[in-house]
Amino acid sequence: MGLKRKDLLEIRTLEPAEIVTILDTAASMKEIASREIKKVPALRGKTVVNLFLEPSTRTRTSFEIAGKWLSADVVNVSGSSSSVVKGETLMDTAKNLEAMSPDCVVIRHSASGAPHMLARALRCSIINAGDGMHEHPTQALLDLLTIREKRGHLDGLSVAIVGDIRHSRVARSNIWGMRKTGMSVTVAGPPTLIPPGIEELGVKVTYRLEDAIRDVDIVMMLRLQQERMTGGYIPSLREYARLWGLSLDKLRAARDDVLIMHPGPVNRGIELSPEVADGPYSVILDQVANGVAVRMALLYLLVGRGGEAGEPGGVPA
Amino acid sequence: MLPREKAQVLDDQGIDRALTRIAHEILERAGGADALALVGIRTRGVSLARRIAERLQAIEGVKIPVGVLDITLYRDDLGLKAEMPVLRGTDIPFPVAGKTVVLVDDVLYTGRTIRAALDAIIDLGRPRLIQLAVLIDRGHRELPIRPDYVGKNLPTARREIVQVLLREHDGQDRVVIQEPEG
Amino acid sequence: MNLVVRNGRVIDPANGLDAPGDVLILDGLVSRVGPKLQAPAATPTVDAGGRVVTPGLIDIHVHLREPGHEYKETIASGTRAAAAGGFTAVACMANTSPVNDTRAVTDYILAQARAGGLVRVYPIGAVTRGLKGTELAELGELAEAGCVAYSDDGRPVMNSALLRRALEYAQTFGKPIISHAEDATLAEGGVMHEGSISTDLGLRGIPAAAEEILVARDIALAELTGHRVHIAHVSTTAAVRLLRDAKARGVPVTGEVTPHHLLLTDEAMRSYDANAKMAPALRPKRDVEACREALADGTLDAIATDHAPHALTDKEVELDQAANGVIGLETAAALCLTHLVREGVLDLPTLITRLTVGPARVLDLPGGSLTPGAPGDVTILDLERAHTIDPARFYSRSRNTPFGGRACVGAPWMTVVGGRIVMREGTLA
Repeated sequence: MGLKRKDLLEIRTLEPAEIVTILDTAASMKEIASREIKKVPALRGKTVVNLFLEPSTRTRTSFEIAGKWLSADVVNVSGSSSSVVKGETLMDTAKNLEAMSPDCVVIRHSASGAPHMLARALRCSIINAGDGMHEHPTQALLDLLTIREKRGHLDGLSVAIVGDIRHSRVARSNIWGMRKTGMSVTVAGPPTLIPPGIEELGVKVTYRLEDAIRDVDIVMMLRLQQERMTGGYIPSLREYARLWGLSLDKLRAARDDVLIMHPGPVNRGIELSPEVADGPYSVILDQVANGVAVRMALLYLLVGRGGEAGEPGGVPA
Repeated sequence: MLPREKAQVLDDQGIDRALTRIAHEILERAGGADALALVGIRTRGVSLARRIAERLQAIEGVKIPVGVLDITLYRDDLGLKAEMPVLRGTDIPFPVAGKTVVLVDDVLYTGRTIRAALDAIIDLGRPRLIQLAVLIDRGHRELPIRPDYVGKNLPTARREIVQVLLREHDGQDRVVIQEPEG
Repeated sequence: MNLVVRNGRVIDPANGLDAPGDVLILDGLVSRVGPKLQAPAATPTVDAGGRVVTPGLIDIHVHLREPGHEYKETIASGTRAAAAGGFTAVACMANTSPVNDTRAVTDYILAQARAGGLVRVYPIGAVTRGLKGTELAELGELAEAGCVAYSDDGRPVMNSALLRRALEYAQTFGKPIISHAEDATLAEGGVMHEGSISTDLGLRGIPAAAEEILVARDIALAELTGHRVHIAHVSTTAAVRLLRDAKARGVPVTGEVTPHHLLLTDEAMRSYDANAKMAPALRPKRDVEACREALADGTLDAIATDHAPHALTDKEVELDQAANGVIGLETAAALCLTHLVREGVLDLPTLITRLTVGPARVLDLPGGSLTPGAPGDVTILDLERAHTIDPARFYSRSRNTPFGGRACVGAPWMTVVGGRIVMREGTLA
């Protein structure tokens, strides 16, 4: 049972069963990373375009490796999100791409909803690698995979997500993914960085770090999005770090078996002290490794297939 | 259109005897258990490989490594499918370089699965020798693939289905031919 | 021009009339209304066939885009769209290019309207030079040139002291100031209503408070100066509440609402469709309900479309770059008949009031009634006509509507301006 959809734009509209399929497939893909020849022919002859219109090295590299290990031809197109700067609208960029017949476009853009626009316009599969403040589905999926690996299951676990929730697509995607897999979520941060109506997504809200991290299985710290912040949300980085940054000291309030996660890159000394980021509770590096596996899984599930024709069911031996 | 059983080809004892004979043949041709490894092709090939490994250990007193191979990513028909087949993962926890690898599968038919398995093994390393053991060879090859060890040769019509049932998966040990209804 | 409309159901709320009858127009003015009227020989006749005959509909908030943005709309195409939608008069906003802040631009607009406009055009002049919000425009000259009101619409006048001076100064000329009531500092960067949906979609939101704050301020200034303020495109419960209270206290303030704020909610943004992006933003259901109630009880005096034509290039871009607003002239009547009257939100005479005498009184315009001597402007509505909104057939140059494909029952059947038929059965004459 694969995914019966053309695109992966958001976690919000995924069925829990689809999330499980993706995680299971990703788990099977992990072994390829340990081979000497890190290649399987599954996507041979397929073209994947990485359309990264917002700066990103790690996510783009992760998708690039994922595509190449599956033997796909990966093309990186980078540039500015601004139509004005580029002199070309997103729609124009998309139409130009389509003329080259890609099988998949992985898009990162600073405008929420940009992947949806592409998905309406293009025939090929679209994977959302992060759109504005809206969602970052592959991040949430790799986070879930990491948690499942470390804990053996997802259902019933509790998570605290701490930081600039308001502007965070990682937070939104994780909230959706975690709620769909039976986890309970608390968000924490200064009130100015908690968006209105977030409770309607099924999460608890607290303004104090200490209250959030006590008794939870997982603490996920978010990057303070300096580039998104204009307009007086916090008085200073210093105060933010003091009140909402996670240091070893504050970590004492958490459980002994807590997992510390972060989507990266870490602002050391602001949301995480270096000791915590590099310490024994941190699974940040596992997250990165799982990123490639999750992206391979998605490329496989969405791109590997052909049209409607094809043998139903098993392969003849 | 549910298939109905047309004939039983092997019962549990028949399967047992075939596997025992295959184990002896493997040892004979390999000249001993040195550098020998079994790789079972998911799903039922894995159980058969483990059973053969048990027999090899009983005969020679040596533990033969058994790996699990998922050939899905190497299939030649992926681009034809509307939905991608489920991955269950490959787990070969030993180096294949320099070994005599015996691939084990339940039914050999067109040969495409074995072609995929060969590509998968070679991506993992360079074995000294790759051989093929199958419980049933039902003919109708579409590629030039031939088995080294065969439990039973079974001429079949293309529309027939050969079903290998194993207790590890199906609660019983039999091999049957099925005819699609209608 | 002469015309007699016979066999209509004549609804003229200004005169408290809702009865079968005829309307006689002589020399471009309403002559008489009544059953079985005598008309001079050879007067062109229209048989309304029982349809609803009303004073010509008036839209006091329209963007005609000329001069400067003719690729979106012109006075000719915009007035054609108006006629197709049953409107006989429109008041056009000053945010053209150049801005209508001098008589040169007002004269130009009026000249274009005389030359190619199909319905009456009443220009609205700017409050501040260039709409920059720092210096008063020459309100006197604008009034002399023919402006019927002043507005920086598109933007608020954020400087309260300046708006106060404008209100005081405008008293000389008796023209009201129309306020785009949205606190620019709270609205900055926002693309939709701030709430659980904006959170969900990851879009920057504009809190309802942005409207509430400026409406409260505008009411206070209207009270302080005694000069009339008209609040454009009201969209929130809070604004409605403030208006109701202010009117009860006798403050000279009026308000209008658009059809889209009566029919759509912030849910429309879920598809990230730029045709749901407006200023003010589409609001949640409870605000829509409040506006509907306010329209019914008269707290909101008029329905005005805020017809805002935009080309595809202005809309088919990332949401934060997309222009605000949608067209409305060709869909307002049909949508209001279908969704307000048929669904029992308003009775028909009240709807007609809000589209005729209501807007006329806000801007002191001639028309809005069938009183003898009024302009011979008449709209005939077919309450039964079932149709689907088809933007491909619009007369407007632009197609940015969120209502394409919507099924309606009720449509304008004929538009008469000064006794001349400009639209008949959906086709322009």
